[in-house]
Amino acid sequence: MKTLQQRLLTTLIAGALATSAVAAPDGKVKIGVLADMGGTYADLCGPGCVTATQMAIEDFGGQVLGSPIELVTADSQLKPDVASAIARQWVESDNVDTIGGLVSSAVTGAVTQVTNTSKNITLITGSASNSFTTKACSPYIAHWTYNVVALANGTVKSLVKSGKKKWFFITADYAFGHALENVSTGVIKENGGEVVGSVRAPLGTTDFSSYVLQAQSSGADVVALANAGNDTVNALNAAAEFGLTQSMDVAGLLVFTPNAQAMDPATAAGMRLTTGFYWDMDEKTRAWSKRFEERHGAIPSMAHAGAYSATLHYLNAVKAAGTDEPDAVMKQMKATKPEDFFARNAQLRADGRMVHDMLLVEIKPAAERKNKNDIYKIIEVIPADEAYNPMIAECNFSS
Amino acid sequence: MNKKLLLILLPLALLAPLVLYPVFLAKVLCFALFACAFNLLLGFAGLLSFGHAAFLGTGGYVTGWLMINSGLTPELAIIAGTIAGGLLGAVYGALAVKREGIYFAMVTLALAQLTFFLYVQAPFTHGEDGMQGIPRGALFGLIDLSDNMVMYYFVLAIFCFGFWLINRTVHSPFGQVLKAIRENESRAISLGYDVNRYKWLAFVISAALASLAGATKSLVFELASLTDVHWHMSGEVILMTLVGGVGTLFGPLVGAGFVVTMQNYLSGGELGNYIHIIMGAVFVICVLSFRSGIVGQLAKFKRDNF
Repeated sequence: MKTLQQRLLTTLIAGALATSAVAAPDGKVKIGVLADMGGTYADLCGPGCVTATQMAIEDFGGQVLGSPIELVTADSQLKPDVASAIARQWVESDNVDTIGGLVSSAVTGAVTQVTNTSKNITLITGSASNSFTTKACSPYIAHWTYNVVALANGTVKSLVKSGKKKWFFITADYAFGHALENVSTGVIKENGGEVVGSVRAPLGTTDFSSYVLQAQSSGADVVALANAGNDTVNALNAAAEFGLTQSMDVAGLLVFTPNAQAMDPATAAGMRLTTGFYWDMDEKTRAWSKRFEERHGAIPSMAHAGAYSATLHYLNAVKAAGTDEPDAVMKQMKATKPEDFFARNAQLRADGRMVHDMLLVEIKPAAERKNKNDIYKIIEVIPADEAYNPMIAECNFSS
Repeated sequence: MNKKLLLILLPLALLAPLVLYPVFLAKVLCFALFACAFNLLLGFAGLLSFGHAAFLGTGGYVTGWLMINSGLTPELAIIAGTIAGGLLGAVYGALAVKREGIYFAMVTLALAQLTFFLYVQAPFTHGEDGMQGIPRGALFGLIDLSDNMVMYYFVLAIFCFGFWLINRTVHSPFGQVLKAIRENESRAISLGYDVNRYKWLAFVISAALASLAGATKSLVFELASLTDVHWHMSGEVILMTLVGGVGTLFGPLVGAGFVVTMQNYLSGGELGNYIHIIMGAVFVICVLSFRSGIVGQLAKFKRDNF
C-alpha cells in the first residue's frame, strides 16, 4: 500500500509541475464582465455593463483574430473576496483575457491584485478611486470613465469658487469614499474653503437620519455626499425629510443618471454634479443611447457608456496588434487615441488613466423637463487635461 | 467502515486537482474544516454557536496581518492565527457556556457582532476593502506556495490534520463525556462531571480549528475580508453542517462541498440573482424532509438495506 501511495504522490507532483505554467495567450479573446448584478450599484454598472460590453462586441463584428469573441459575466456582490475568487478562477482556469465592468473600488482593488500578477488587462469602468493609477498602478490597468479627482475638480471646485466655503462630508466607508473625501478636501483647501466635519456610513446604509442630523448641526454651507448609487439617493431623501436641503446645499459628488432619475426633482433641482457622459449631449450620444435604451430599458449611465468605449478600444487594439498578448495589446491601446461617442479628446495615458472631456451638469427642475430622461442641463465642459490628476513618475509605464 | 471510506477519499482528494480547479478545491477544504469545527460543538456537544464567524475571521486577519507585516513563514503565521482565535474562543467560551440553548446561541451571536464591529472600525483590517494582497510566502522558507497546486496540497494537509484531531477528540473519553452532556446534561452533572469545563474545552478546540480554517483561507485567497466575520458566515456554516448531516464526521465535509459548489456555479450563471433564494429553499427542504442531512440519510439507507 505504501509503495502505491508513494508512486501516486510522485505522479501527482510531476503532474502538478507540468500544469503549473502561466496560461499563455491562446489567440482567442475572452472578456469577463464582473459587476454588481443585484446590489446597491446594480443600476450603475450591473446588467447594463454587460449589455454595453455585448453591444461593443457586436459592433466590432463578433470576432477577432479569426475566432469568435467570448463573453462571460459574474456578480461580484460588491464583496472583495467574492470578486477576487471569481477573477482568480477566470484568469487561472477559464482563460479569460481581460476583465471589465468593475464597480466599487474595494472590489476593483481586490481584482487588480489578482490580474496585475497574472498579467491580465483590466478595463475599469465603474470604480472611482484614483489609486489605480497612483499608488496601486500597474501596466495592465486601463481606468476608463472617471475618477475621484475628476469629480472633485468638477463639482467641488465650482461650488467652492461660488462662495460655499464650509463643508461637511457624509462618506461611504470604504476605499472609494475615503479617496473621494480625501481628494475633495484637498481641492476645498486649495481654493480657500474648510472642512468642518465628516461622518462615515457603511456601504448599503438605508437609514441616513443620524448622519443627516450630525450634518445639520455642523454649521456647514455644503453637505457633500461622498457616496454613490442608492446610498446617494437614500441620503438625499433623508436630508430632504429633515429639512436640511432648505438650510444647506447638498452636493452629490458622484451621481449616475439612474440615481439622478430616482431623485425627487423638488429636492434635487439645481444640484451640480460632474459626469463623464450624458446621453443627450449631441447626435452621436443620442444615437448610441437610443440603441442602448431599447435593449436595456433605461438610459445609459456613464459607466455603461464607458464599458462600451473601453471594450471597443480594447478589441481594436487586439486587432491592430494581431495578438491577445497583454503587453502588446496595452501598448497598442496607449498608442492610439480612443475615438467614439463617449471618448472626446481622449487618450489612454502611460499610467493607465484614460482622460477625456468631463461635463459639469445641473439637475433640471420638474418644470423644465421635456420627458423622464431629460434630467441634466450641461453647464460646462471640463477639458481632459484639467479634469484629471497629473501622471506620477512611478506609474509611467511607457517604456 | 470509516477506514475503508478514508482509503477511497484520500486518493480522490490527492487526484482531484488534476481535474478540478485547485483554488476551488482548497476553498471547499477550508470551509469543510470550518464546518467540521462547528460540528464538533453542535453535533457532539449539542451547543449551537451562532458566532463562529468571529473565529474564522480572527484567524484570517491575524495570519494576514502577520504575513504582510512580520515576514513570518506561512506555517508560523497560521499557527499564530489559530492561537489568536483559540484565545478569543477561550474568553467567549467562558462567557457563553454559562448559559444554555437559545441563550447560549444569543450570547455567541452578540459576542461575534461585537467582534465584527471592532474589525469594521479597526484600521488594520481596512474595513470594507478587506486586507488585500496577503502574500502566500514560502512554506518553512523553502517551498513556494504561490503555485496553486502546491497550495492545495498544503491545505489538504492542514485539513487532514484538523479532521484527524476532531476524529480523535470525538472518539476519546473526553468526546464520550461530551456526548453524554449532549444527551442528558443533568445526568452528566449527577455523575460528577464538571459539565461547564467540558463544554468550555470543546468550545476552545472548535474555535481554534475554525481559526485554523480562516487562517488557511486567507492565504489561499490572499485576502481577508469582513465577509468572514459577518453573521451571514455563522449562518452559512450552520447550513453546511445541517445539509451534510449534523453529528456525523463526514457530514460537514459533504455539506461544505455541496454549498460551496452551489455558490460557485450559481454565481456565474443565469440564476446569479437568485442565489440566496435557492440556498434558502435548499435549507427549508433539508430541514423539512431529511433532517439528518445527506450523510445521515445515506447512513440510514445503508443500515436499512444492507
